Amino acid sequence: MSLTFKDGVQACIPTLLGYIGIGIAAGVVGKASNLSVLEVTLMAIIIYAGASQFIITGLMMVATPISAVIFTVFLVNSRHFLMSMATAPAFRRFSLLNNIGIGSLLTDESFAVAMNAIANKQPVNPAWMHGLNITAYAAWILSCLVGALIGEWLPNPAQFGLDYALVAMFIGLLYLQLTADKSKTLLNRVIVILTVSVILIFLLRFVSSEMAILLSTFAGCFMGIIVERKA
Amino acid sequence: MSIYSILIILGSGLVTWLPRVIPFLLVRKLQLPEVVIRFLSYVPICILTALFVENLFIVKQGEFPSLNFEYCLAALPTIGVAVLTRNLMWVVIAGMSSMALIRYFII
Repeated sequence: MSLTFKDGVQACIPTLLGYIGIGIAAGVVGKASNLSVLEVTLMAIIIYAGASQFIITGLMMVATPISAVIFTVFLVNSRHFLMSMATAPAFRRFSLLNNIGIGSLLTDESFAVAMNAIANKQPVNPAWMHGLNITAYAAWILSCLVGALIGEWLPNPAQFGLDYALVAMFIGLLYLQLTADKSKTLLNRVIVILTVSVILIFLLRFVSSEMAILLSTFAGCFMGIIVERKA
Repeated sequence: MSIYSILIILGSGLVTWLPRVIPFLLVRKLQLPEVVIRFLSYVPICILTALFVENLFIVKQGEFPSLNFEYCLAALPTIGVAVLTRNLMWVVIAGMSSMALIRYFII
């Protein structure tokens, strides 16, 4: 009895509220940050990554050079590489086209659902994985579109604190990332956060905001490795 | 829609797609060195910290940045809601409501 596309759709349902909530937020934030409904929707279709879409929105607000935005997104998405590395072996024996399709739509959540199924010895296959991925993809695009439309109907966004949505989202994403990442000790995480903050504030005097963000991120990652080595 | 945003969306789409797909093509042999994996694992925390902290300041070229008072104040209830609910939607709602209230009553 092999798993079907429909089984994959059903496996996606518990995670849907997450996509819808963040997608609507991404749409509202994008609209509040002067992106058009079309831009928000295209981002959802072409980029399809929550954190990256928020970060791009933030960087576009300060008119960051295109190359710097793309490089930042590349850094942010390096974790996708790791998730794909972990998922790929389960689908190695299936066709190349199936593998490209699975990889293209892999998200944090669909990765988590797939890893859970594999850990529970379920015979996962491409049809099931596509059902899981495509359901999430459709929910994400629709949510971003709806969010952007909601953002458009609000007259003076700053009055409702809409300009703060992006900052709030960074707070939420940072908090979730901090509590979810069990591969680092609390002390290491605190050291890395302090390193990034101090270097960022220092650099803001001398270089542009986006350069300060990139350089302090590099410094933080190096500091992370150094404190791990010392331990 | 400007050329600026088209290029950003297409370029970002490409660099998001490649790391997702390449491991599926290379998985048989390739294994990243441990130190690279550890380095990359710090990227999300670092970049989110940098973006958050940068937003709390008003940047002026050639001076050390000064605190954006209303943004810092609104961060407190927002962090509280993040800890209590662990739900991004509520965090965003809390942040926007706090900001709206601060603007209405204080500034």
